[in-house]
Amino acid sequence: MKSIEDLIRNHPFLQDLDKTSIALMAGCAKNVAFDQDTYIIHEGQSADQFFLIRNGAVALESYAPGRDPVVFCTLKSCDFLGVSWLAPPYRWQYDARALEPVRAIGFDADCLRKKCDANTAMGYALMKRFVPSLMQRLQAARLQMMDIYGAPPTIGSAQDRAR
Amino acid sequence: MKQGHHQTHDSIPAIATVKTKRWEIEGVAIIDVKLSTNQRAWAQSKPGQFAMLYGFGVGEIPISFSTLPSAEGRVSFTIRRTGAVSAALTRIKCGGVIGMRGPFGNGWPIEQLAGRDVVIIAGGLGVAPLRPVIDYLAFGRSDANRATLFYGAREPAAILYTKDIERWRNAGVDVHTTVDTASHDWRGNVGVVTSLLSGVPLDSENTVALICGPEIMMRYAAEALKDAGVSDEDVWLSLERNMKCAIGFCGHCQFGPAFICKDGPAFAYDQIRSNLFVREL
Amino acid sequence: MRTFDDDDTNHLFILERAGFGALIEALSDAEYEVIAPTIRDGAIIYDAIISEVDLPSGWADDQQAGRYKLKRRNDEALFGYAVGPHSWKKYLHPPEQLLWRAKKKEGGFDIHAAPIDTRKRAFLGVRACEIAAIEIQDRVFLRGPHIDEAYRARRENTLIIAVNCGDPAATCFCVSMSTGPAVRSGYDIAITEIISEDRHHFVIDAAGDAGRTVLKHLPLRPAGKKGLQAAEAVTAHAQQQMKRSLDTDGLQALLQNNADHPQWDNVASRCLSCTNCTAVCPTCFCTTVEDHTDLSGENAERVQHWDSCFSGSFSELGGAPVRRSTKSRYRQWMTHKLSTWIDQFGTSGCVGCGRCIAWCPAGIDITEEAAAIRKGANS
Repeated sequence: MKSIEDLIRNHPFLQDLDKTSIALMAGCAKNVAFDQDTYIIHEGQSADQFFLIRNGAVALESYAPGRDPVVFCTLKSCDFLGVSWLAPPYRWQYDARALEPVRAIGFDADCLRKKCDANTAMGYALMKRFVPSLMQRLQAARLQMMDIYGAPPTIGSAQDRAR
Repeated sequence: MKQGHHQTHDSIPAIATVKTKRWEIEGVAIIDVKLSTNQRAWAQSKPGQFAMLYGFGVGEIPISFSTLPSAEGRVSFTIRRTGAVSAALTRIKCGGVIGMRGPFGNGWPIEQLAGRDVVIIAGGLGVAPLRPVIDYLAFGRSDANRATLFYGAREPAAILYTKDIERWRNAGVDVHTTVDTASHDWRGNVGVVTSLLSGVPLDSENTVALICGPEIMMRYAAEALKDAGVSDEDVWLSLERNMKCAIGFCGHCQFGPAFICKDGPAFAYDQIRSNLFVREL
Repeated sequence: MRTFDDDDTNHLFILERAGFGALIEALSDAEYEVIAPTIRDGAIIYDAIISEVDLPSGWADDQQAGRYKLKRRNDEALFGYAVGPHSWKKYLHPPEQLLWRAKKKEGGFDIHAAPIDTRKRAFLGVRACEIAAIEIQDRVFLRGPHIDEAYRARRENTLIIAVNCGDPAATCFCVSMSTGPAVRSGYDIAITEIISEDRHHFVIDAAGDAGRTVLKHLPLRPAGKKGLQAAEAVTAHAQQQMKRSLDTDGLQALLQNNADHPQWDNVASRCLSCTNCTAVCPTCFCTTVEDHTDLSGENAERVQHWDSCFSGSFSELGGAPVRRSTKSRYRQWMTHKLSTWIDQFGTSGCVGCGRCIAWCPAGIDITEEAAAIRKGANS
């Protein structure tokens, strides 16, 4: 049985994190599992957790009345789940659902925030891992927003429309 | 060629009869046609080349081969209905007749795939020009080391060639699909096609990538491969511009110094990278 | 340059002004349709002529940026002007051309190629820059992987009677493009018009067999070294007169490396995207096609037209133009003409004829624009 420290050390998101920080993070962590189709986080609720996915897949969804819930991103092993715990008001902005049985490392967000404040080296090391991933997700969201595979801007294409 | 009293075959369409037509997804039809003449010349076509398809009295548009012309002159095209010509071509019933000029363009660099890991990145209808090369890797006499397909579509219902994807998987192609947006019951990936790349280990030294899709998606995919250490000379993109003649005479398809119709449509990334960042080129 | 070798003058002859009409008659007798400069609508254009009286005798042109005006000369020169709005491409690469016709039949349709125009034509009065332009279009239509058979047939049936320039227009800059003013090659017959106080004559250079055949019955006499010197003096004078120039040094890389130069915005604020420059340019070759049917729907045809990279539909892709702005269209035109043309065809696409300068309603001058890009350019 691997210790929680081993799991943290071996998660790709925290690759090369220093020993002290790993030990500090382990103090806020526990091993968690979710059955398929259970909700891991709910929009509007307090963002009091942060997850590193070890196995399985997670769908991030939004729901609007009168429409089917829309899945806008799926996460897999090596991804992290949960951004809203990083900044006030610490409230989830969307739902996350286990698409498959999920095993993850769950962190107590309040505990982690306090340790980051007290140990800025660890806070900075974590931030350096968050920012590139956040940029990638932001870029992905922009591309999705552009609807690049969608219908052309006006009806007809190229030479086709000349007639 | 001797001086004749007619234009060359490059500019006069050949006649082809529609044998089957089916709507692959909403608004996208696959037509299977049989050429009446000159089958031998057409059978020399390469994956990634295209033909100019003519709807009687309506006009002509460039469409890539979805399957290569056979020795008997059978060939298929995947056509999205967007304007007058594509509407005419997809309206034709079995037994109907279309015009067809080609084959045009350079096609994918299949001679460079032996011994390499081939990464194919397709976006939307961009999977169509890649289909012959995936077929070649899956079922042909390819000496490629391994083949991986990353395919992004707008939504689950917009994924083309679902049956082929199963055939490719069974033939050993590592296929990953993703969509931009999905409803609750979709079990697959949601996210842009480049996000799939990070999940699959890449031997950057030995990778050749073939990319086709919306230009912005190809740009991001090519940059992601660059970041992963793949050489720009090993990343190939298939470009699209307005095209009339397909033989370098009409001037429409120029992209900087290149004529997409005769120098492309496939270009190595190092040849076109700087121009892809110039707006309105 | 030619050397002044006595043997080098045996293809040079003198034709007096009085005998010039016989040249046109000889061309007609040899069943050439004679196309030559003639005046119409206040400009010197190219059209079929019957006799020497159709030539713009005694006329010159005053050309400036955005300006073209005919004026009288103080002599009766037949070729005392520069180039007008037409170029020979209207014959070799016509503005409109039927490519083929299709006819429905049981179970499909048949396609029949349009007959190729094999009429013999003599172009009389082709300038050095225009020969350069024809040779550039030859590279486009005859030297690539595909051959335009209709162009080839017209080209092969054309006799070129060149004229050396004596009086360039202010818009001319052929010297800097190394295309003129003297005719050096690519002609069947070359003419130098020489006018002194008491004499009006021509030095005739019969370069090839086709030209010699036509000249056979003309009242010619050997020009000798003196004739050659007189002819050389005419083009030397023209060269001296030419004030405008385009600095081509490093221009190929310069334009491709400066797609975001602020001058493109500057020129776009003046450019009307009217397509005049592409229509008058003797090398612009872009075309589009139009497919249509007759009212019965039984017969269809495809017609090719000149197109222009300044039009919105030119770059249309997915229902909208790739080049949305005038900036991008002017940049495409000028960068293609002066830079990417070299990548594509091994030569600049500009021959320095100055038509685009004179016929631009906004007076945009390609030589000034190129110089402005050079200023403050990225290397």
